[in-house]
Amino acid sequence: MEKRVTFSSWTIGILFAVPQLLLIFTFFYWPAGQAVYWSLTLQQPWGGGNIWVGLDNFRSILSNADYWNSITASLVFAGISTGLAMFIALVLAALTDRQLAGSRFYRVVLIWPYGIAAPALAMAFRFILAPEAGFMAVVNQVWPGFWDPGLDGADAMASIIIAFSWKYVGYNFIFFLAAFQAIPRSLIEAAAMDGSGVMRRFRDIQFPLITPTIFFLLVINITESFQDSFGIVDIMTSGGPANATNLMVYKIYSDGFKGLDYSGAAAQSIILMLLIIVLTIFQFRFIERRVHYR
Amino acid sequence: MVERTPFLNFFTHVILFVGFVLCIAPFVVVTIAASHNLKDVNDVPMSLLPGSDFWLNIKTAWTTADLGPKLLNSFIMAAGVAAGKVMISAFTAFSIVYFRYPGRTFIFWLIFVTLMLPLEVRIVPTYAVVANVLSPYQTILDLTGLSWLVEKVSGVQVSLSLGLLNSYSGLILPLIATATGTFLYRQFFLTVPDELTEAARMDGAGALRFFIDILLPLSRNNMAALGTIMFLWAWNQYLWPLLITTDQSHATAVTELKQLIPNVGGIPEWNIAMAGTLIVMLPPLIVVVAMQRWFVRGLIATEK
Repeated sequence: MEKRVTFSSWTIGILFAVPQLLLIFTFFYWPAGQAVYWSLTLQQPWGGGNIWVGLDNFRSILSNADYWNSITASLVFAGISTGLAMFIALVLAALTDRQLAGSRFYRVVLIWPYGIAAPALAMAFRFILAPEAGFMAVVNQVWPGFWDPGLDGADAMASIIIAFSWKYVGYNFIFFLAAFQAIPRSLIEAAAMDGSGVMRRFRDIQFPLITPTIFFLLVINITESFQDSFGIVDIMTSGGPANATNLMVYKIYSDGFKGLDYSGAAAQSIILMLLIIVLTIFQFRFIERRVHYR
Repeated sequence: MVERTPFLNFFTHVILFVGFVLCIAPFVVVTIAASHNLKDVNDVPMSLLPGSDFWLNIKTAWTTADLGPKLLNSFIMAAGVAAGKVMISAFTAFSIVYFRYPGRTFIFWLIFVTLMLPLEVRIVPTYAVVANVLSPYQTILDLTGLSWLVEKVSGVQVSLSLGLLNSYSGLILPLIATATGTFLYRQFFLTVPDELTEAARMDGAGALRFFIDILLPLSRNNMAALGTIMFLWAWNQYLWPLLITTDQSHATAVTELKQLIPNVGGIPEWNIAMAGTLIVMLPPLIVVVAMQRWFVRGLIATEK
């Protein structure tokens, strides 16, 4: 869509775009370019020039078992937490959309978790899921040694998945509810007149009509699980135990800023960027076909 | 609604109530734990009746993590990002929608691409830029030979340097450098009737006057929605402030939480940690509750 009526002064137009362009050049394009440059060279953290090493950084990372472990952990985390957060939110939104008594109240409260900072909720869940105090301690009293995120990698992974999913149920709920409410009431009433029950209507009318939202949330949830997980991991597990929750962004941070391996961290950033881009394209390409667009 | 389904209605109520309990439980547990003394909070199971040490714990958490100045820092950062976003996105969208200069489509795509890669995946080089924001320009001058030329002609050695580590600009500017918001305004500007622009021009208004006197007042709803979302988003930032505030004086409340993680040795002071958590999670929660309408609207509009 284009405007029919515009202003003729080019200078003013370009001047209006300048602040944003300066910002994205300085803080987006330059760093992104630098990441590519660093990933292809070996840089001394204390200066002293760069040596061109071609794809050596990538080779050394990709032959590193720790890195593959980090990728696997990130994918497990992304898959389970996205599935969990989206499924629960879908059920809650569908039920809230039935507009029984109290649905207004749920509509307000169920979105609160999304407002909370990831590290703050991570702290809350660190306490709730702590093995020696809080609530899992009760379970541990009955079955000693059942739960210990500090020692058992699977427990640690479960903890960060629970914390992340809790936040993103709120997020997904907002979008699902908006999508359900956008479906014309008359459509549902007509189907009811034709004798279809609640479940049938959900399966044949509501669900197909919200597939664009499902598709959209899938992309957002997965990319957010790569980024927003940092605070949760840092507060709850610090990547441990034994690297079980060393997700990709956390590893970039610890390699780059704790290990001062800028080149390795830059190469990892490039791989993560590519992964996000590929995921987005993949989802556009293969999932979009089955999506019902209005 | 349409028909009578008592059985299904019952299940709807049950499931929604369970969802509500799961959603609210962490808030409740944090508040109760924050009110216990050291012994009670480590009881198994912890008593769900509030203890009496609430204000004491809040006070201890406040002083341990030095939350007063940190909350102020958080507020300055969040307000700065929100205000910056609201203004700069409006400028850019105005430029893209209302002008026909060459390279407009290119600029549009240049900005659109920034949506793809969040700050988290390019932290290392962004950190290096913020350490000296003028380094990109210095490098360009060096590569093009301009700094050599200047040195030959005037004898002045060009070395641009401006470090933004441990400063509010360093916290705020990189968070503004993305495209969210620009598209929100763009969508809205496209719905503003052309007749309005024509009428304004007929009355002799130039681009600047049209933007200030007509477009901005019309965008008030957009500004509120975008401002709310950006405020919350910036307040909840963690990785970026953690990196660039090496000096405590500019740390934010969210990064300070880490100081409150109980030590491994000794009895963990969960009551203090939870009191701190409560303080940090309260401001965004208040914003969500008070600005609910703008929050939902902004969220849906900025993402689509």
